[in-house]
Amino acid sequence: MIKVKIPIFITIIVGIFMIAKFFLNVLWIKAVADELEQWGMIVLAMAIVLGVANILRVNLKTALKKGKDWQYKLVVVISMMGMILVGLWDLAMRGHVSAGSEFQYLFDVIYTPLSATMFALLAFYVASAAFRAFRARNVGAALLLVSGALVMIGRVPLSAAISGYLPKIADWIMAVPNAAGQRGLIIGAAMGVIATGLRIIFGIERPYLRGE
Amino acid sequence: MMRGYEKSWSLFLLFFILIILNPVFSFSQEEEAKNPLFNREHLNVLVMLAVFAVFFFYFIFTARKGRPLYLRKIPGVNAIEEAVGRATEMGRPVLFVPGLDDIDEIQTLAGIGVLGHVAKITARYDTPLIVPTRRSIVLSVCEETVKESYTAAGRPDAYKPDNLRYLSDEQFAYTAGVDGIMMREKPAANIYMGTFYAESLILAETGFSSGAIQVAGTASITQLPFFVAACDYTLLSEEFYAASAYLSKDPQMLSSVKASDYFKIIVIVVLISGVILATLKPEWIQSLQNWF
Repeated sequence: MIKVKIPIFITIIVGIFMIAKFFLNVLWIKAVADELEQWGMIVLAMAIVLGVANILRVNLKTALKKGKDWQYKLVVVISMMGMILVGLWDLAMRGHVSAGSEFQYLFDVIYTPLSATMFALLAFYVASAAFRAFRARNVGAALLLVSGALVMIGRVPLSAAISGYLPKIADWIMAVPNAAGQRGLIIGAAMGVIATGLRIIFGIERPYLRGE
Repeated sequence: MMRGYEKSWSLFLLFFILIILNPVFSFSQEEEAKNPLFNREHLNVLVMLAVFAVFFFYFIFTARKGRPLYLRKIPGVNAIEEAVGRATEMGRPVLFVPGLDDIDEIQTLAGIGVLGHVAKITARYDTPLIVPTRRSIVLSVCEETVKESYTAAGRPDAYKPDNLRYLSDEQFAYTAGVDGIMMREKPAANIYMGTFYAESLILAETGFSSGAIQVAGTASITQLPFFVAACDYTLLSEEFYAASAYLSKDPQMLSSVKASDYFKIIVIVVLISGVILATLKPEWIQSLQNWF
């Protein structure tokens, strides 16, 4: 039972300090809250070790046993270990892993283009998702189709040449119905955040705790 | 007599209290007196929070007395069990993506709340559950949550630690990893619950092309349209936060959702009054507007 009660106690204490910091101008409360925030950051940073251990446990076992998709897993392990070794080498030789280091060079020439390629795929996915979403199957979908088409036309320079009203209609759709819908979602989300926050701070919702 | 772990926990607690009290002694009374005690800029937030807290504790009190609480049906939440059932019938795994943010983001915690219930269903149906994470702390929390759910469902033996995987802290490396899992392991149900950014559509469209049934839940306003377009069911902002309470059926958890619903009525009344007053513009409205 103590395994459950102490983490809940810590959650409540930390939560109360964070709320108090927001509302009160008491220096020692701010100092305690800042200290706790720094603890959080240190824990988050140190947890990377758990990630590395998980990658090795999940992938190395399969790669060594030549299990399903072992080639991909071997690439993951070799890439990770390679980057760690290059980073350590840079630290030993240069004292840093930032601009000008081999670690940064490998990051720039291998990871950055791969990342940009993944991001660029978004253009094709937007087209395929829009193709499915813009089918006028019912009144709601038809409204989406019409408003989407008007905003797209209204946002290109050619629209002003066709009619001076098109950019104004696009602006109105974005500023009035679209903004109203978004604000409704934001207000709903804010209430959800308060409800979830109170549930967690008071220990009513604690999915992360075992031994209940 | 205290057991070993109880001693360790007690020592940790003592250490925790001493450390957090350390900054208390480093400020003088004079420094304290320079500032007003209460931050008046946040008065409106405090009033609203207090009103919400009144509803929150009232409904918890009501729930403890055993009065049933009615909540409207949320199709997206009901679809989760249906999606897991479909995966079971097809003999394929379920993929749960807990978003991209770290554990300090409330959307991640809300997503992990849903994960606990999904894990209970997969444990009951003996269906593999794959959880790829972007942050290692999120991985640890997910491991504990899934383990706990499998134990609660009476199937601790079915828990497979290798199905909970840390992929990468980098956004698109993580996205590529999740896409790879979708294409190689062909999960029949993809559940996205948490914070998402530009990768939302890449994940959802890859999931669509792999033929999986997809349920998404997020409060990331800019990503909602992509999920709505590409997924079978989407939990929109407050529905997403209510999902774990709804799935748990725990009266105390449900009471927070009920409080949120009643608070919404107050917000609607305030908004309508604001529109009327802003239109009529009486003289005293300026001071009220400044207060808000």
